Formats: sequence, C-alpha cells, structure tokens
Amino acid sequence: MLQTINNTRNSPLPDEDNEIIAVEHLYKSFGSNKVLIDFSMLLHKEENIVVLGKSGSGKSVLIKCIIGLVKPDSGTIRVLGQNIPELSMEELDKIRVRIGFLFQSNALYDSMSVRQNLEFPLRRHSIRLRQDEVDTLVMNALEDVGLQHTIDMMPAELSGGMRKRIALARTLILKPDIILYDEPTTGLDPITAKEIIELMIRIQKKYRSASIIISHDMNCVKMASDKVLMLIEGKCYALGTMEELQRSADPKVKKFFE
Amino acid sequence: MTPSRSWQSFLEETGVLLRFTGRFFSQCFRPRYEIAEFLRQCFIIGYRSLPLIGLTAFIMGLVLTMQLRPSLIDYGVESQLPAMVGIAIVREIGPVIVALIFAGKIGSSIGAELGSMKVTEQIDAMEVSGTNPFKYLVVTRVLASTVMLPVLVMLGDAISLYGSFLGVNIRGTTSFDLFWNQVLGNLSFGDVIPAFVKSFFFGFAVGLIGCYRGYYSTKGTEGVGRSANSAVVISSVLIFLIDLVAVQITDILGLN
Repeated sequence: MLQTINNTRNSPLPDEDNEIIAVEHLYKSFGSNKVLIDFSMLLHKEENIVVLGKSGSGKSVLIKCIIGLVKPDSGTIRVLGQNIPELSMEELDKIRVRIGFLFQSNALYDSMSVRQNLEFPLRRHSIRLRQDEVDTLVMNALEDVGLQHTIDMMPAELSGGMRKRIALARTLILKPDIILYDEPTTGLDPITAKEIIELMIRIQKKYRSASIIISHDMNCVKMASDKVLMLIEGKCYALGTMEELQRSADPKVKKFFE
Repeated sequence: MTPSRSWQSFLEETGVLLRFTGRFFSQCFRPRYEIAEFLRQCFIIGYRSLPLIGLTAFIMGLVLTMQLRPSLIDYGVESQLPAMVGIAIVREIGPVIVALIFAGKIGSSIGAELGSMKVTEQIDAMEVSGTNPFKYLVVTRVLASTVMLPVLVMLGDAISLYGSFLGVNIRGTTSFDLFWNQVLGNLSFGDVIPAFVKSFFFGFAVGLIGCYRGYYSTKGTEGVGRSANSAVVISSVLIFLIDLVAVQITDILGLN
C-alpha cells in the first residue's frame, strides 16, 4: 500500500537486522535554500529504491550526505549500523569500501587509463592486495560490464555509454553492499540507457547489493525499482511501488506519472 | 558592485585563501605522504616546462645583451657587458621572468585541471575512493611547484647567459672563458642566494594560487576558464609583490 509520509519515518520496520541504510530527520540547507527538511527513509538488504523528484529538489544532496561527501545540518544517517556524520575520516574510509557511488558525470579520471581508473579505489582504500589479485579484480569488473578490450584505453577514447559502464565497473570493483546511482541514464540515448539499466539489475542480482537510484527516467523507475520514493519540498513525500504511486490520487505524485 | 561591497568580497576572498594556505600547511606534514604523485608532479611541472623556459630564457639573455651594448659603448664600459648582464639576470630578471612564464604555463594548467576535475565530480570520486583529495591534488602540486621553480630559475639563468654570450659575440669577439670569468667573477653569494630563496616563494605562490582557484572552481566550464585565467593574473601580481618584499629584506640585511 502507498505510504504518504510527510515528515514521518517510514515504519514499521519489517526486520531491524535487514536495515542497511536508515536516514532520520535529516536537514540540509545551503544558505537560505532549504534542501532537505526532516527527511527520513529506510533501505533494506537487496532492495532497490528509486528516488524521484524535480531538478534541484535535493536528490543528489541526499546520496552525497549518505556517503559523507556533504555534511548534513542535523539528523542521523545510519549506514550498516554506523552514523555517518559522526565518523572520523578513517572510519568513513572503512565504510566507503562497502558503498559504491556512480556519479552523474561518471567522474572517470581523465589523466588515467581505464586500468588505472579501476585500480585507483583498490590501491587507495586501506586494502592490501598483490598485483595479481588487483589484475584479477580489474578484469572481473570489466567482464561484468563487457568491456575487457578497453583496459588500456583512455576515458577520452570511449563513447558515453562505455564511460558509464567503466564508471559502473569502478563502482563494483570493491563488491559493495550498497550502490548509490546518481542519474545513471542521464545524457544517454534510449537504447544505451536501457542497456545500462539491465546491467544495473544484473549486477544487483549477482552481488546481492542494495541500491538507491536517483533518476528522472521512467523506464529506469519501471525496470529497476522495488520501491519509489518521491522527494518533494525536501521531504520523503511518498513511498511505494511504482504501481501504487501510479494509482495515487495525490496531485503532486500524479504529476510525475502524467 | 559598490566600492564597499567589492572591498568586502576582496576581504572574504583573502580570508578563504588564508584558510586554504593554513589547510595546506596542516595537511603537508601529516601522513599519508603522496610521494609517487609528488614525483609525478615534479616531472610534469619541472621537466615539461623546461623547453619553454629554456627558449624564453635564451632569447631574454640575447636581447638584453644586444640592447645594453649601445648604452655601455656610450659610457665607454663595453667590456663590462658580461658582468652587467650576469648580475641583472641572476639577481632579478632571471627569477622574475622565469616565474612569470611558469605562472602562465603551470598556474593556468593547475587551475584548469583542478577546475575541470571539480566540475566533473572527479574530486568527489577521489574522496569516495579513500583518498584525501586535498593532499593528493593540492599538497603535491604546491610542493612540486615550490621545489621545481628554483631549479628552473637556475637552469633558466644558465641558458640565458649562453644567450648573452651569443649576443656579445654578434658584434664582437669575446672568448667563452673570458665571458664566463667576467660573469662569475662579478657575482657574489649576496647576488645568488636571495634570488634563489625568493624563487621558492614564487613557486609556492604559483602552485598555491593555481590550486586554490581550481579547487574552488564553480559555474561549470565557464568557471574552469575563469579559474585558469585568474590563477595566472593573481600569481603574476603576487610574484611582483613577493619581489618587492624580497628587495626590501635584502636591503635591510645589507645584501644589495
């Protein structure tokens, strides 16, 4: 059944142990612009939530708060049992090993080859790996996205869809429990966008990861979501399956599906 | 913008820059040390700047010599030409011109590189990948600029003096040994050391301003261009200000 939340925590929890991300009473503003106002949400193991909202409604800010790139004004963000805003850099680094983040602009390092881009998180996180183990992980990640032949290419030599796949491979290389996608299909043609969504679903099944997907793409919502969260006026306005939201009589919710 | 508002924004900008400088020093001495990236930056900043600096330094020495010659002939001290050019290049013209070229090449490239990394979220991606982007990008570049500029100034001075040797010999005949004896015989540590020391500060200013403008770049691709441009303008002005302060200090210390 559709939950219209308006400022309250999505409850009841089916299973507390299953909870992988719990955001409670989150506030974030930039100057006088209040972006998140008493926002709360939950994400459970192996669950995919697609966050829908207008441009500038704070969707990207939300996932950047979750991974600790943006510090919230107040509220708690428990990821895998730890409150992100209270963590030191070292503690944050440890937890980030378990979270993948796919940036809207892919954020591939221009000065590095595909191999170096994929090796970067392996070498930078405090993980001790031998070179042969690094090579295997890089090849496995490239196999997952079907781009083994690009290993020695530079990002500038790749098409938009290939860059997205490589960025996804970099996100997956540490086999994260949670993947945060920031508009994964923006700027791609419909066919490539569909391929990327199918890839995301395949990967989610393979690694049994949970994910939060920020998207405007209704195809993405339809194909990838277990639940859809509507972020309106800085709040978790509605949460439910796509079908439930489509049936909603609420004019603010209806507007997104018209 | 009214004068009071432009003063306010100038003071705010200065405050942010000072905080950025403080952050550089606080991060500089704490592990983890990014040695590999620092050495890579030394190669990019130092070695790859050498052809441009070498060419301009050579032309500078040649032109300076050719333009000084007529005045020295008027005063009947043409024989002092190598000594005068040597002192001018080593004390002032070499460090300042090399630093200005360095600001144009390296300051703009650091500003544009970090600016584009900022707008394409590469800096955020680095942080998510367990890297302190300030240490990896800013500390390494500022240190590499600080270390490499004095080296480039020394090489630039030497190349410039070779240009001067050519300039002396266009209208006359001075042997290689005599030229270098005259140049080196008239130089003292008081000429070389202050110039060498101030070039560290020039390098620091160029690296710091380039990183500062790039790291805080906003407004997409337009902001990247603006970062690169302002990095060159601000660091060029700072080079002259540092030079002015350095002259006062050497004067007080009696090194002039």
